[in-house]
Amino acid sequence: MTLKSWRKLLLCTTIFSTAILLTPLSLVANALDVGSIAPEITLPGVKEPISLNNFKGKVVYIDFWASWCGPCKQSFPFMNALQTKYKAQGLEIIAVNVDANSADATAFLTKVPANFSIALDSKGDTPKRYKVKAMPSSYLIGRDGKVIAVHQGFKAEDQPELEKRIAQALLIK
Amino acid sequence: MKNPTRSRAPLIFLAATLCMAALGGCAYAPPQAWEKGNLAKPAMTMGGDPLDQRFAQHIYASKENASGGYGVGGGGCGCN
Repeated sequence: MTLKSWRKLLLCTTIFSTAILLTPLSLVANALDVGSIAPEITLPGVKEPISLNNFKGKVVYIDFWASWCGPCKQSFPFMNALQTKYKAQGLEIIAVNVDANSADATAFLTKVPANFSIALDSKGDTPKRYKVKAMPSSYLIGRDGKVIAVHQGFKAEDQPELEKRIAQALLIK
Repeated sequence: MKNPTRSRAPLIFLAATLCMAALGGCAYAPPQAWEKGNLAKPAMTMGGDPLDQRFAQHIYASKENASGGYGVGGGGCGCN
C-alpha cells in the first residue's frame, strides 16, 4: 500500500469513529413539555382497542406502567378510586402497559384489578413518543388535548397533589 | 531505499484510530425506563435467590473455611 492510500484509509476511519462516538448524544431528549398537544395513542387494549381520539373533550389521565414495576402496582388502587370518583365529571384513565410480553400484563391484572382502560404497547412506541423518563409516569391531558402536568414515579404522599390537579382540570370546560 | 520509520507511521495512526473507534462501544445509550423489565427480575439483584445464596455460603464455609459475615454466626463445632 502506498502512503496516499494509507492516508485515505486513516481519514475514513477517523470519520467513522467520530460518528460512533457522537451517536449517544443524538439520543438525549427532553421530557414532554407542558402545554404541548398530547401525541395520539392507538393501541390494542385488554378489552377493546384504545384510541386517545375517542376521549376528546374529556380530561384524560395517561399512566405508563409495567408488571415488573413496584410503584406501578401501588398506584392501581389510587387510579381505581379516581376513575370511580370523577367518571361522571369527565375523567378517563388510560393505563398504557409497556411489558415486552403482554401476557405478563394480563397475569398482573388478574391479581390487581383495574376499572379503567388498559392499553398494551409491547413495542415501546408510545412511551418513546411521550418521552417517558421514569416508571411509572403519568400525564394529565386537559379537555383541549394539551398536556397539563407530567408526574414521574408514584409515592403515597403524591396522591393529594395528583388528585388536586385532576379536580382543577375537570373544572375547566 | 525506503525509510522504515516513515512507512510505519500510518500503521500506528490507523491502530490508534481503531482503538478510539472501539471505545465507542462503551458509550452506547442505556436502556430506556420502559425497557428495564429484565433488569427488574429478582435474579438481577445481589442475593435474589435465597437458596442459591445459602448454597454459595455453604461452599465458602466448607471449602475455604470462611463462615459468617453474611449475618450468620459460625458454628465452631468443625463439622461443615
